[in-house]
Amino acid sequence: MNMYCIECPNGCFMEITDYEGKITVTGNKCKKGYVYALQEITAPMRTVCSTVKTCFRNIPRLPVRTSGSIPKEKIFEVMNEINKITVSENVSIGDIIINNVLNTGVDIIATSNTYES
Amino acid sequence: MKKYDVIVVGGGPAGLAAAISSSENAKTLLIEREHRLGGILKQCIHDGFGIIKFGEKLSGPEYAEKYKDMVKEKNIDIITDSFITDIKKNDKTFSVTVVNSSGISQYETYSVVLATGCRERTAKQVFINGERPAGIYTAGTAQYFTNILGYLPGKDCVILGSGDIGLIMARRLTLEGANVKGVFEAKSEPSGLMRNIVQCLEDYDIPLELSTTVSRVFGKERVEAVETVRVDKNMNYIPGTEKVVKADTLILSVGLIPENEIAEKLGISTDIKTKGPFVDNSLMSVNVPGIFCCGNALHVNDLVDYVSESGETAGKNAALYKNTNRKLTKIIISDEFMYCVPQYINYETDEKNIIFYIRVKNNCNNVRIIIKNERDEIVYSRKYIIMRPPEMERLVINKELFKNTSFINISLENGDDNI
Ligand SMILES: Cc1cc2nc3c(=O)[nH]c(=O)nc-3n(C[C@H](O)[C@H](O)[C@H](O)COP(=O)(O)OP(=O)(O)OC[C@H]3O[C@@H](n4cnc5c(N)ncnc54)[C@H](O)[C@@H]3O)c2cc1C
Ligand code: SF4
Repeated sequence: MNMYCIECPNGCFMEITDYEGKITVTGNKCKKGYVYALQEITAPMRTVCSTVKTCFRNIPRLPVRTSGSIPKEKIFEVMNEINKITVSENVSIGDIIINNVLNTGVDIIATSNTYES
Repeated sequence: MKKYDVIVVGGGPAGLAAAISSSENAKTLLIEREHRLGGILKQCIHDGFGIIKFGEKLSGPEYAEKYKDMVKEKNIDIITDSFITDIKKNDKTFSVTVVNSSGISQYETYSVVLATGCRERTAKQVFINGERPAGIYTAGTAQYFTNILGYLPGKDCVILGSGDIGLIMARRLTLEGANVKGVFEAKSEPSGLMRNIVQCLEDYDIPLELSTTVSRVFGKERVEAVETVRVDKNMNYIPGTEKVVKADTLILSVGLIPENEIAEKLGISTDIKTKGPFVDNSLMSVNVPGIFCCGNALHVNDLVDYVSESGETAGKNAALYKNTNRKLTKIIISDEFMYCVPQYINYETDEKNIIFYIRVKNNCNNVRIIIKNERDEIVYSRKYIIMRPPEMERLVINKELFKNTSFINISLENGDDNI
């Protein structure tokens, strides 16, 4: 099987072979490619970046992201949770907006401030 | 008139890095036309920034915030909501004209760093038949609407051009509930990074049609549909391949051009390949000494990490700038390359190494970059399994190798020969 590593802009083209249960990965320039390939063939994971609504007129949207990766098939469910939120108090970069979203063990965190520091 | 050693124009990642490094050795002023610093990164909410610089996958605003924090720690004067309209060259200094809500003011400075970023090619610059109804946006405008203002530009979207911003918007609009009907690319290769093809299109089953363009827009008030057509190698339409795609929105992601209005007014000579100024390795203009350039104003970068790096170089050298005569070594590139920055080498600078940013025109497999001096001696060579136009290559080469030569030649050769 072939796939591109998405962990960095190099986008290494990797070949993955499964010989009697022994998985070998070639074409990756670094270890991250190997880890990604193994994950991708068992349970693909992705990060999600989006925005949440705010009550602040000058900053109507606050950018947020998952603090780590979530299962790929949960992307739209997580988006649903993100879209339920309206931020009404000031938050800072890194603040948790949703704790342990959908029990994934991952938080939704703010990636900007609602105020100009 | 207030006087500075260095004035940095633009508070995006390039300008922030330039102001930080310049402030180590010089009295520095940073001028930004928007209210908030950070430039285009404010609207780039996806992650993937700073992998090289910080070893983390940050979003655009997080990356910008790290630099804004560093700026605050330094002794840098900052004025925002202010637009630089003109820069004039005096005998030893430059006069900078700034317009803001309190009127017009003038500043004097020994050197200037242009960090004004880039702008998008617009509908006017792409040939599409039909009316110009509402619903045609550049990818950057669509990104601004979605991420900053929080409203979707349309429900059924077609994206023309496979540049990274277009790919990222395909995913973003899908996540927000729009139906992205396809990304159409006139070239036979995608122009964005492979990682974005995978994580922005394939993950969401968004079709990518290569060698295909949008030839016509239907709709009077609002876009109702577009016509796509396949094109041959020379970009001519292939008759009989037309298809009508129903859509209310057409998003153009057809390229970025360095923003160089100020440079033009100063008479700075620009490279038709990069559309930015000709510079030496200190990132100083070759014909107007004292003017430095970095980030996307210099050439369109795909990685913000290199934007910051070029800002650092420009800022540092702007602070050390003395008007002395330079002897420049010209860099000549072979036809396979789209461009190389810098275009000249000034051997008499402080740096030990010279950083080259170089891009190929087409995909090349198994090749070798070869650098030769005027005596046709090979001074550097490096092998690549694959080189692709979206992935800019960065070479760091010891300056000593370029001593005593009036020009260098960079060429691309078959990677198999034993050198
Ligand atoms: C729409 C768009 C989306 C992008 N998305 C991505 C992405 O997702 N990922 C990525 O890696 N790269 C992206 N890029 C490339 C991105 O531009 C660079 O990574 C990086 O942000 C460039 O930094 P910069 O400082 O050179 O320019 P910018 O970030 O554009 O900053 C230039 C600054 O100069 C200011 N300015 C301009 N002219 C004047 C003037 N006359 N007076 C005062 N101030 C002025 C502007 O207001 C702006 O703040 C995108 C580019 C565009 C145009
Ligand atoms: S394998 Fe390593 S170098 Fe290659 S794309 Fe993945 S992270 Fe980048």
